Formats: sequence, structure tokens, C-alpha cells
Amino acid sequence: MKFKDYYELMDVKRDATQDEIKRAYRKLARKYHPDVSKETDAEERFKEVGEAYEVLKDPEKRAAYDQLGENWKNGQDFNPPPDWDQGFEFHGGGFTGADAEQFSDFFESLYGRGAYSQGYGGHSNRAFHARGEDAHAKIIIDLEDAYQGATRALSLKHTEMGSDGRPQLKERTLNVRIPKGIRQGQHIRLTKQGSPGVGQGEPGDLYLEVEFNSHALYHVEGSDVYLDLPVTPWEAALGATVKVPTPTGSVDLKIPENSLSGRKLRLKGRGIPAKQAGDFYVVLKIDLPPADSEEAKEAYRNFEKAFPYNPRKHLGV
Amino acid sequence: MTNDKLSLLSGEILEEEMELTLVELCHACQVPAERVIEIVEEGVVEPLGEDPAYWRFHGVNLQRIRFTLRMQHDLGVNIAGAALALNLLEEIEDLRARLRRYKDES
Repeated sequence: MKFKDYYELMDVKRDATQDEIKRAYRKLARKYHPDVSKETDAEERFKEVGEAYEVLKDPEKRAAYDQLGENWKNGQDFNPPPDWDQGFEFHGGGFTGADAEQFSDFFESLYGRGAYSQGYGGHSNRAFHARGEDAHAKIIIDLEDAYQGATRALSLKHTEMGSDGRPQLKERTLNVRIPKGIRQGQHIRLTKQGSPGVGQGEPGDLYLEVEFNSHALYHVEGSDVYLDLPVTPWEAALGATVKVPTPTGSVDLKIPENSLSGRKLRLKGRGIPAKQAGDFYVVLKIDLPPADSEEAKEAYRNFEKAFPYNPRKHLGV
Repeated sequence: MTNDKLSLLSGEILEEEMELTLVELCHACQVPAERVIEIVEEGVVEPLGEDPAYWRFHGVNLQRIRFTLRMQHDLGVNIAGAALALNLLEEIEDLRARLRRYKDES
């Protein structure tokens, strides 16, 4: 197990006041909140900071943590010394609204897993709630799956109360049909696939948020799909018919003569086949061949002679 | 749940044809109705229908409400602040999508 330096994680001094710790937490939470942050490791950092704050905001937990000494380094191998917490009582009543389930082994070895955890951002665990809770998860698919529909096996981890009254981590696999026409950010609701009900209660529902893998060729906006298509200057100027890939197979596309770079050509209804089907857009990018041979250079010189053309005229110099 | 591996589950797309009742929304967000009503009163989401007992919510509202609850819970933001953050984030997302297009072109 690795030691976690909660002070370092929160970027506060070891003698910081409780107010300073709170301010540091608020700042970091805003910075790394997965809903607002674009940092790649935002979720990881948000959890770490939440865990650090869970300890440092509580004077008892903090004092016990301080007992471990200052010489530990973040990431160092660590086992709690026996009776390390002797003389401390953690009254906090478990974890105040934090998601203890996500905390590290390091945290667990020191403070236990505490109260049966609450879902991410949720306020659950009301008593006598016979119906099971709804669950939320993410599923990552390819753009092609949205065109054709697909089935995906999905592993979900969840905690269940064991017969000994302690929560246990369980894993189950679901086979899910991805409906044709689904878009990025939409949700699939699977009824009665959430948490099991209590007593006679029905299970809750499961909501799956759909996310697309980024695609090497296409990008997606809503139900519209875009492709950048390189063309030669003569294809753009004279017009041409070229082969173009689409997620449903290649098509012959007619490029009108005198097309400029950036021109968008629309293939109506060939976007994601949602209820209102999206369109497929081909964006022309004029690709200049390099002048890497005497012949090519000669061709460019002929070009120059043929066009008395100054693209910088409007710059006024 | 032992035959999960065998059976193929089909669901509905929340944002396409679905509408949720207040009760369904509360289940999905794991909060009591009062919390959802507060959020409606701030105008974060707009239900169809007059009487809360007959409110219907378009599927996209589920995410807006869950976002608002997370902001309140995780960052101590109030509902109005969360609503503002929501609008700004939607705008940023829109701008990012356009930026991606321009970047790819250059």
C-alpha cells in the first residue's frame, strides 16, 4: 500500500488552519470537478482531494494522521503501525456526504470504510425505501455502432450488503443492445437493472450514458458527422468525382468546379440515423503537392505564368 | 441476476421519446421531490403540465438536474449558481466543438 500525503495532495502546509484547508479544498474541488474540468486526470484528482479533505477537515482524523509523522513521502510503501490510532475516537459519524467507496486502500486501512457509502453526488439511503435505487454508468461505443446498432457486454461493479452486514464489492456483466441512431451524451434506460429492491420492492433502473470513442476519420456534432477530405488544386478547380468513405461504406462524391478550400458538401440523411437523421458533411481541404522534382517545379512555374494573381491584394501592401 | 450473461437487454433512449414523471425523476436522482421542485422553481428545467402531480419532464432534464445536485453537493454552489454554470458549460461545449473543427482544418 502506498502512503498518501494528504497535505501535499491539497497543497497546504502541515500547520494550515482548518479554514485554510477548507479554502484549499473548495478551490481544488472547483478545479478538478469532473463536470467542469477538462484536465485529463480530473476524476482521479477530484477523488484524491476529496479523500484528503475527509481526513484533514476532521480534527480527530487529522490529529491521528499527524501522529504518523512527517517523514512519510507520497507514494512510499506503507503499513499502519499497530495501535496507531490508540487514544483517538472517530466520532464523525462516518463520512459526511463524501463518497467513501471511492477512497484508497490507504484511507481504508486507517479509518475503515465507515458508513455504507453513498452514490456519487447522491443523497441516498433513506430508510424503508422498498424500491431499489436507480444506478448510472457510462458506456463507450464506436461511431459505427450508432449507425448499425450493436450489442455490448458491460461489466458493472456495485456494492451489496453481505450477510455479515458489511458492504461487498460485486461485479456483474450485462449484455446490452445499443439502439441504432443513438447519439453522444444520450442515455439508455434499462428498467429494473439498477440496485435490487428491499424486501418485496422492485429493483431500480439503470441509466447508461453513451460516449463515442474518438474516430480517426470522422467527427460528430449532435447527429451530424463530418469528414475532412483532401483534394488537389485541380480537382477543386476543375471539378471531379472522387471516392469518399462514410461510416456506411464508400460513395462517389461529385466535387463542383471552382470549389474553395473549406467548402462543405452535404450528403443529406447520411449522418447518424437518429429519429431525425443527421447529415454527413464533407469538408474540402486543398492539398498542394510538393515541388520536389524538376518537373513539379516546372509545373508550378507554368502556374505562375498562367495566373496574374495576388492573394494579398486586400492587405494593401 | 444469474442469467444476465445470456439475455440481451434492450432499453429506451432517454432523450428521444421518453418523458419522466416527478416520481421517476426523484428515483433517478435519488432525492426527495422537494429538491426537484426547488430546481424547477429556479427555472433550471421546465416540466410540462401545471400540477406537480402531473408534471412530465423531457428526458434531457435528468442530466440537468443531476448536474445541479452534484454542483450543490460537491462544490457548495446554490441552485442559481449551478444553473449559471450549466449554461456556461453548454456554451463552452459548443465553442469547443467549433474549435475542434477549425483545428482539424489547419
